[in-house]
Amino acid sequence: MLKDITLGQYFPGHSPIHRMDPRTKLILLVVYILTLFLAQSWLSYGLMLLVLITVICISQIPFKAILRGMKPLVMILVFTGILNLFFTKEGPTILKIWKLTITLGGLTRAVMMMARILMLITGTFLLTYTTSPIALTDGLESLMGPLKKLHVPVHELSMMMCIALRFIPTLIEETDKIMSAQKARGADFETGSLIDRAKALVPILVPLFISAFRRADELATAMECRCYQGGEGRTKMKLLHYRRVDFSAFAAGAVMVAAVLLLRQMGL
Amino acid sequence: MSNIISVEHLAYTYPGLEDAPGIPVFEDMNLTVEEGSFVAILGTNGCGKSTLAKHFNSILLPSGGKVYVCGIDTANEERVMTVRRNVGMVFQNPDNQIVANVVEEDVAFGPENLGVASPEIRRRVDQALKQVDMYEYREHAPHLLSGGQKQRVAIAGIIAMEPKCIVLDEPTAMLDPRGRREVMQTIGRLNREKGITVVLITHHMDEAAQCQRVVVLHQGKVAADGTPQEVFSQVELLHSIGLAAPETVELCWELNHQGFQLPLDRLEPEDCAQALLDALNEAEKKA
Repeated sequence: MLKDITLGQYFPGHSPIHRMDPRTKLILLVVYILTLFLAQSWLSYGLMLLVLITVICISQIPFKAILRGMKPLVMILVFTGILNLFFTKEGPTILKIWKLTITLGGLTRAVMMMARILMLITGTFLLTYTTSPIALTDGLESLMGPLKKLHVPVHELSMMMCIALRFIPTLIEETDKIMSAQKARGADFETGSLIDRAKALVPILVPLFISAFRRADELATAMECRCYQGGEGRTKMKLLHYRRVDFSAFAAGAVMVAAVLLLRQMGL
Repeated sequence: MSNIISVEHLAYTYPGLEDAPGIPVFEDMNLTVEEGSFVAILGTNGCGKSTLAKHFNSILLPSGGKVYVCGIDTANEERVMTVRRNVGMVFQNPDNQIVANVVEEDVAFGPENLGVASPEIRRRVDQALKQVDMYEYREHAPHLLSGGQKQRVAIAGIIAMEPKCIVLDEPTAMLDPRGRREVMQTIGRLNREKGITVVLITHHMDEAAQCQRVVVLHQGKVAADGTPQEVFSQVELLHSIGLAAPETVELCWELNHQGFQLPLDRLEPEDCAQALLDALNEAEKKA
């Protein structure tokens, strides 16, 4: 069950999206999300969806993988949908059951909100699926570079993020093992009240934390052995530089923003 | 040949908590490792093998005596990085020494820390991965590899720093027989072909038997030191400190107790079988 979590999982590949500079992808993701909030009409939503599908097709990421990543978020989606559906009172009433009324405005809004969240999440998934976490942290480090002058520990932060991402699968595996070990000794995680189940988690968390600390200690020694001494004087194997594919992507992004703004102006 | 590592009158005490007295590990330890050699360090748990290894690259500093690596005092703070660049260290658990999410990025970690120029890092990473036979996995995620493969990636991460010596602290302890064989073959090849000095800390007698020299540690002292044949034929000594000789030697030793007179330096099964056959033929002749 824990294996289902795909957040931050990278699908190695050679598509143009994979080859893009991580900074480009980060910037374009932010632009995409902002544009999503600018989009108001079905037409602009359709345009945004088209952009997303095109990117998915180019990246050759299987749709299945994206759907699988969506699973843990179904609850949030449903919740947003229901809230918008019943609490927006606009336009003609379509349905009235007891005290709950569904208006046309509410329905539109609910669908739009859900579509917006779906597209937002898919966009984020596309970033993490096509960018190795190291490239991602490199990109962030580079984009946040100017903050170094303000004594923000940019390198340290990106190193921490990189290691955290690296250890997610390892710790998941470990949790699975600890759970099996506790189950083998009669622990019960599936039945009982919510409080009982929360209590049952303690014997998992304690060994997990202890082992995480031990791992951290060993990793620190191993890093020291490999001459790690912070960001100063460090070089990179893969230098970041913008290539043609990045310029094309920026151009496409600009066209998308312009189109959405235009549609907004035209009131469509 | 010159010594790449020399330990002179090393004393080390693990610091105790607050006022408690520390735990002494070494009092007067002496050892030298020749450049280009392949040395195994054997010993029971808690005999100080890992503590000794950590002195080889300034992770631990002696409380008394000196440790020299390539002639540099490991306690010299200014030259710590030179020491660490020359003596690479591989640990038991490959999961806890891999830093990055992609194999090649992890191998690049060491040279990146050393400030090597990018094209040169690329060359070293490719070369290191080819040397450990993991080149085709360069874009894989480390957690999807087998234990032996992960350990070879860890070794590649060390050799990409181009050290003169690699110290491996029980690198095969967590691996299955196949992973063990892969790792042993890799380090054997690095020693033979690249002339890298290898110090292998191990529990496995058969691994130690593949080395040129075996050093047995006991209670912070060198209990035996010599070729595998010399060390392993001292079966009583090994037993007295809680170790065992390789199975072939143990077999001959047991048979000698039954009245046979077999040599105790046959480490390979084939040699041992030959010795047994010879003994049987002789016994037949006598009868």
